[in-house]
Order: sequence, then structure tokens, then C-alpha cells
Amino acid sequence: MDQVLGNIDLLFQFPIVNLKIILDGIMIGALFALAAYGLALVWGVMNVKNLAQGDFVIAGGYVSWWLVQHGFPPLLGVPVAFVVMWGIGWVVYKLVITRVIERDLFTSLLATFGLAIMMAQIMNLMFGSDTQSVDLGYPTLHFFDGFIDLPIAKLIGVGMAMSLAGGVIIFMKSSRMGQAIRATAQDARAARVLGIDTEKVYAFTFSLNSAICGAAGAIIVMVWVIQPFYGISYSIRAFVIVTAAGLGNLPGVIAAGLGIGALEQYGSHIFGIGYQQAVAVMLLLLVLLYRLIQQRRNRQVLK
Amino acid sequence: MTSIIDVSNVSKSFGGVVANKEVSLSVNTGAITGLIGPNGSGKTTLFNSIVGYHPIDSGSIKFEGNEISALSVQQIARRGLLRTFQQTRIYGAMDGVQNMLISLPHRKMSIFDALKTFTREDYERADHLLEFVGLYEKRMLKSGDLSFGQQKLLEFAMALMNEPTCLLLDEPTAGINPTLINGLIDRLKRANSEFGITLFVIEHNMRVIMNMAEKIYCLAYGEMLAEGTPDEIQNDQRVIDAYLGAH
Amino acid sequence: MSKKKITLYASILAFSIIAPFAFPDFGTQLATLWLMIIVAITWDMTGGQMGYNSLGNIFFYGTGMYVAALITIGLTYDIGDYTSAAGGGIYEFTDLEYFGGMALGILGAGVFCSLSAIVIGSLTFGLRGPYFAIGTLGVAIAAGELVANWDWVGGGQGIALPVYPGDLDTGKTFFYFLFAAVGIASFLFARWLYGTRFGAAINAIRDDEEKADAMGIHTLRYKLYTWSMAAFFVGMAGGISAFQLIHFEPLESAYQTINLGIFMVVCVLLGGKGTLWGPVVGAILFHLFKEITWNYLLGWQWVALGALIVVTVVYFQDGVMGWLEHKRPEWFGRKVEKKVVSVSQ
Repeated sequence: MDQVLGNIDLLFQFPIVNLKIILDGIMIGALFALAAYGLALVWGVMNVKNLAQGDFVIAGGYVSWWLVQHGFPPLLGVPVAFVVMWGIGWVVYKLVITRVIERDLFTSLLATFGLAIMMAQIMNLMFGSDTQSVDLGYPTLHFFDGFIDLPIAKLIGVGMAMSLAGGVIIFMKSSRMGQAIRATAQDARAARVLGIDTEKVYAFTFSLNSAICGAAGAIIVMVWVIQPFYGISYSIRAFVIVTAAGLGNLPGVIAAGLGIGALEQYGSHIFGIGYQQAVAVMLLLLVLLYRLIQQRRNRQVLK
Repeated sequence: MTSIIDVSNVSKSFGGVVANKEVSLSVNTGAITGLIGPNGSGKTTLFNSIVGYHPIDSGSIKFEGNEISALSVQQIARRGLLRTFQQTRIYGAMDGVQNMLISLPHRKMSIFDALKTFTREDYERADHLLEFVGLYEKRMLKSGDLSFGQQKLLEFAMALMNEPTCLLLDEPTAGINPTLINGLIDRLKRANSEFGITLFVIEHNMRVIMNMAEKIYCLAYGEMLAEGTPDEIQNDQRVIDAYLGAH
Repeated sequence: MSKKKITLYASILAFSIIAPFAFPDFGTQLATLWLMIIVAITWDMTGGQMGYNSLGNIFFYGTGMYVAALITIGLTYDIGDYTSAAGGGIYEFTDLEYFGGMALGILGAGVFCSLSAIVIGSLTFGLRGPYFAIGTLGVAIAAGELVANWDWVGGGQGIALPVYPGDLDTGKTFFYFLFAAVGIASFLFARWLYGTRFGAAINAIRDDEEKADAMGIHTLRYKLYTWSMAAFFVGMAGGISAFQLIHFEPLESAYQTINLGIFMVVCVLLGGKGTLWGPVVGAILFHLFKEITWNYLLGWQWVALGALIVVTVVYFQDGVMGWLEHKRPEWFGRKVEKKVVSVSQ
């Protein structure tokens, strides 16, 4: 308890610490937001709640890590992870997801939970359970007498996350497929009547989601660490963000992603690193509670 | 005559669309009251407001003299004010008897009563009411397989099983085979007279409502247009215009 | 009850009593099978019968473990001293302290979990469908993480309980019968509950909660009661596990969200959701599958398990009982034209 109070006290004595925490939070939050956007896409378009979201992220990270182990340049990892995870997403869609779209939501939740267990275990068998990361070898910038250190790798990571998000937004707005996806999200039956092949749209959307997650994972492995069983916490964060922001609300997803990144950093600063997972889950419960109260005011339930 | 439901100056809008504007009406205890109006005039919204499906923007709704506009659906249902749905809602995977047994008035039970198995009286009552609506022969069929009209009758029987004080019926004859409508009117009237249930009915079929109701309210564009006996309503120029204008 | 059914029940009971003596090598596995049956039956009370798919019932299992252990220890020693010694100090328990503490501990675990179901449920039952599943999962994960950081109850190290006083095999049989007793009790309880008006009401909540609301059923109250009844049995099962395992720690054995927490759901889906026998049949099948893969698929057992979950959920969701009901409706007394409704079953 004393330690917690001491940590809070530190925030007031050295306001610069806040800046460091917020910066860290925003940088990791940008990557949470990517995974969350993928989730919102799949959730909104085909009403599938994907609990294997985080495992796609981790798998993308391992693709990039494997490339670096075999002598390829690290920055190549991001596009390659995007492509490889696109393929894996497509296979997963054809084997599993296509059969759960029409079913109740618990079915998709549980099926993807099973998938998450499988993926985590396969990665564990393939790559071992140690944490891994890729070192880009760039220097770190220091500000405020060394109070704030900003590795260039992180800046590059955030930059790539932003350009990926931007690319996806432009794609969704202007391409034919993007329009078809948005039409299907609004009313799948109407879209079918108008001649849109919704099965194709679903397959594309799920693969795109998987690819976005994969690219996010490839960035994460450059700036933080990955481990086969880290997936579930990314899935939970994606759920927190989407639940807080709502579907089809991209600015909301980004804002919530950055906010959650910052809140988590504060949480682990105040309570200690041992509570990081607990803080993520607590945020989930708080967001659910908040939405619950909000809905109750309209005599609706959260479903 | 005392009134059981008092709606005064109720307004409800969804976003910018005003569904009900300053609506006032009262339903007399033990009577059959009708609510008519062209499509989109806010009848179902008013029903939903009364049974607590959504909060109202302003005004007051009283049931048996107590304010209920801030209560939830269950709290209102537990006071004995029940509604049926325009699109019927029955338990499609269960048979007719199971549907009836589920509809026992749980509000009158303590948890110890609820933890009893169904009694012979429960079954007899269920059979009796199914016979009352003419579904006795079909009582063992999966109710999802019944026709739309039969499902409506089942929902009506379920409502009766629940022993309400007052029942709000949303278009009871819509989708029912015209040859069966007279029988249904008769049953609604008997539910009113024999079981003493106050009825408040939304109806599109003019012949039905004129036959049944003692008093009729007419909504148009979310506002109360006219009220009166069936004769007065039938001859009210504003009502005639509203219906002609809307079609 | 018909004669056939009585024979069936009697032979199952007889087999349950003989089993640990007939297969002494599998004592622990058989006890675990009963544990699976308990958690599956109780999961189905909310998941299958009421339509609330909880992924957090493991919370009651873990909490039951801790409550039972803390009661037993607390009755004889100071809990803080005991846990900080982490099994290092000399803490003797007499037979009375051990068995008396165990009896109170297991019962207390059940009661505590019942009450916590009411507290947690009054918040989470506002959530529907997948949100309920995720919310309850969140509760279970959060509880595990918090307990793992709580030094007074042993932190991440967990708690070591005294060993069964007596010989090892007697201990195994003892725990087998404890689990079996709770398992049979939970089965009989569920069997009775589903035949009551209350049982019909929770089915109504499953099929159309809004309609149930509109009919004046106390939906929230009934949901809370059901979950708290389920939690009572799970809590007791957790309590027994604590003594059987002797040493347990928070994340891997108590709040084991992705192990037992998900196994119970798979058991029910495999056997048939919303049926009385489904969870039992499913638990047996699942346990067999798990034991076989754990023994023969070195390293790949978890992958096989994930695959089993996916395949069950995607291709075989009605489960064994649902499939049988479809194939042999007459076994389930489904006839379209039945003359009279039997009042006493």
C-alpha cells in the first residue's frame, strides 16, 4: 500500500514522469488500436467476436522474428507478416469461421477461443516459450536530462502503425471491395440482393483483419517482446477498446486504443508490473460496467 | 367509472422524430378501450411507453393511481399490467402446454412456490385456457410450427394464464384468418367479462374495434386526434381525413 | 419413475461405489472425472438451461479452494504466519482439526461462493450473450491475478495444506467419495430443479428473456438464484480439490481459466447443452479424450484439445444427447399425440 502511495506521489513530484508514461502509453496504444480495429471490422461485418485476435498478432510477430533469424532485414518483416497472416486468416476463415457466422455469438466466441488455444500451443511448440524480440539497432533519443528516452525504433513502429491504419481507411473508403464490405456490414441480406458476393466479402474481411493483426505483431516484436501465450491479453485489450468505442467508429477506436495504452502504463506504474494483466482485465470490467449503466438508463441491455 | 391507466401529456421522440406528442388518455377499469390511428401514428410507441419498454421524455403514466413511467418492464408486469406483441412472441421450441405453464403468474409466487413442481391445477388451467382459445387439439405440437394466427391465439392464452389485471393487445387480429375473427372478438369480450380483465387494444380492423370497444382513441402523427364512443369516432371528420390522408 | 430408470440409476450408483476398488490404479483420474461432472452439470444450469454462457465459473472453483483452505488453517493457526512460512514451519493438525476444518471449509466454500455469485451476478447479469461470457471471463482472470499478488493468502506461491492423515490409498478413496457425493448431489439437485416451475422459468429466460420480463418473471432474481446454486456446488468441489491437491497456487491450479474453466464448457457442448444427462456424458467423453491425448500425444495434447473445442463447437454443437434426441425421439418421450399429460413423472 505504501508503495502504491509512493508511486502516486512520484507522479506529482515529478510531472515529467507523467509525460513519459503517456508517451509510452500512446505508442503501445497505437498498436492496440490496430488489433482493435481489425476486431471491430470482423465484429461489425460478420458478427463474429474473435477471441484469437491476439494470437494473430503474436503469430505475425513470430513471422517477422523468424525472418530476422534467417538473415532478412527486420523492416521487411512487416509486409511479409501482413501477407503471411493474410493467408493464414483465409485458411482459418474457410475451415472454421465460415461455419460459425450464422450461428449464435457464443459459438463464434468459443470456436475462436479453441482456435486461440491451438495457435498459442503450436507457436509454443515451434518457437519455444521464451520471450523474443527483434533489435533494429537504432539509437535512442534522450530528452529532459535523460528523464525521457525515445528509441527511434519505437518512433518507426508508431509511424508504420499509423500509415497502415491510414492505408486501411483509404481502402475502405474508396475501393470497390471497401464499399462492398461496408454495405455488407449494414445489411448482409440487402447486399446479397444487390449482387454482392457476401461469402467473398466475409473471407476478404477476415483475411484483412488477420493481416492487420499480423503487421501489428511484426511491429510489436521490433519495439517490445512477444511470447506464445501473450495473445490472450491482446485479445482482451481489443475487446476493451471495441466495447468502449463501439462498432464502426474508427476515430473512437483509435482514441480508446491510445487511452487504454496510457491507462495501462499508469496502472503498471502505480501498482507494479505484476499487475499489468490485472489492470487490463480491470479496464475491461470497468468499461463493461460503464456501458451497462449507460444502457440501463435507456432500459436496454448490453447484447 | 374509475380509470386504471392514466396517461397524461406523454411525449416521446427518437432522435429528431417525434413519435408521441403530449398524448393524454385514460382506460377505464373493467372496460375495453381501443386505440386506432394510421400507420406510423405512434400507437405502438405509446404501448411501449406504458409498459416501460423505454423511458418517456415527459409526462406521466399512472397505473391504478401509481406513477409507473420510471419503472422497468418487469416491475410494471409484476403489477399486473401485461402486453402482447404485434409480432407474436411465444416460446417456439416448446409445445403449447409448456408455453402455458411458463406463463404462470410468477409475480404471485414466493420462491418456495416457484420451487414446486407443476400441480394438477396448473395443467388443468393450461388445458382450459387452450380450449378457450381453440388450441386444445394442437397443445402438444411444437408451438413454433403453429400458423401465425394460432401463435397469436397462444400468446393471448398465455397472457390470460398470467392473470393480469389489465392487458394491452397490439393488433390481436392482424394475420388471423378472417373467418376466425368473429370468434376472436367473442373471446376477447369473454376475457373481459368472465375474467374481469381490462383490455386496451390497438387495432387496424375498424369492424373489430367498433364491435368491441366502449371508448376509442385515435392518434395521428403522434398526437391525440379524437376520442369518443365508436359512433362518435366513426362520424368524426378528422378521423376520416386522417385515414384517407395517410393512404 | 419407471422400473427401467430405477435399474439404470441403481446400476450407475453401484458402479460408482465399486469403481475406486475395481480400478485402484485410476483412483485420482476417477475422482477428477467426478469433478468434471460437477462443473459440467453446474455450468449447464446457467449455460444450457438459462442461456447464460459463463466463461467465469472457474472463479467459484478457485475461490472455493482458497476459502476452504483459509477456513481450515484459520481455525487452528494464524493465516498470515502460516502462509509466510510457505510450508516451511512446523504446523501440525490433529485429526479433529484436519477433518473438522475440512468439513467446515468445504461447506464454507460452498456458502461463500453462493454469496459471491449473487454479488458478481447482480452486475454481470445485465450483460447478454457474448458480453456476459467475456465479462465473467474477466472476473475470473482478474480474481486470479489479484490473488496471485495478495501475500496474505500466499501470493503467487499459493497455499500448502496438510497431507491426508492416514495411508495414501485410503486418502485417494476418501477424496473420490467426497467428489462422488457432491457429484451425485448436484445431479439429483439439477434433476429436481428442472422439473419445477422455477426450472421452466429459467428455460423461458433462455428462449426469450424479453418475453419473460414482459410476463412478470423476476428474471434477475431467478438468474441470481440459479447461478448461486451452481456456485454452491462448484465452490464445494473447489474446496475438495484444495485438500486433494495438498498444494495449490493461484493461476495454474485455482483460477485455471483456460484449463478447467474452458473444459467444463466443452464437456457440456460435447454431451449436449440443456439436457440433464448431456453434461455427464460429455464429461466422461471429454475426460477419456483428455487422458488419452495427455498420455499418447506428447507435446501436442493442447493442440488436440484446442482442435476438439473447435470441432465440437463448429460441427457437433448439439452434442451426443442432442444427436440422440434427433435420431431417437421416442427415447425422450417425444410423441406428437400423447393422450394425457402425466402430472407425476
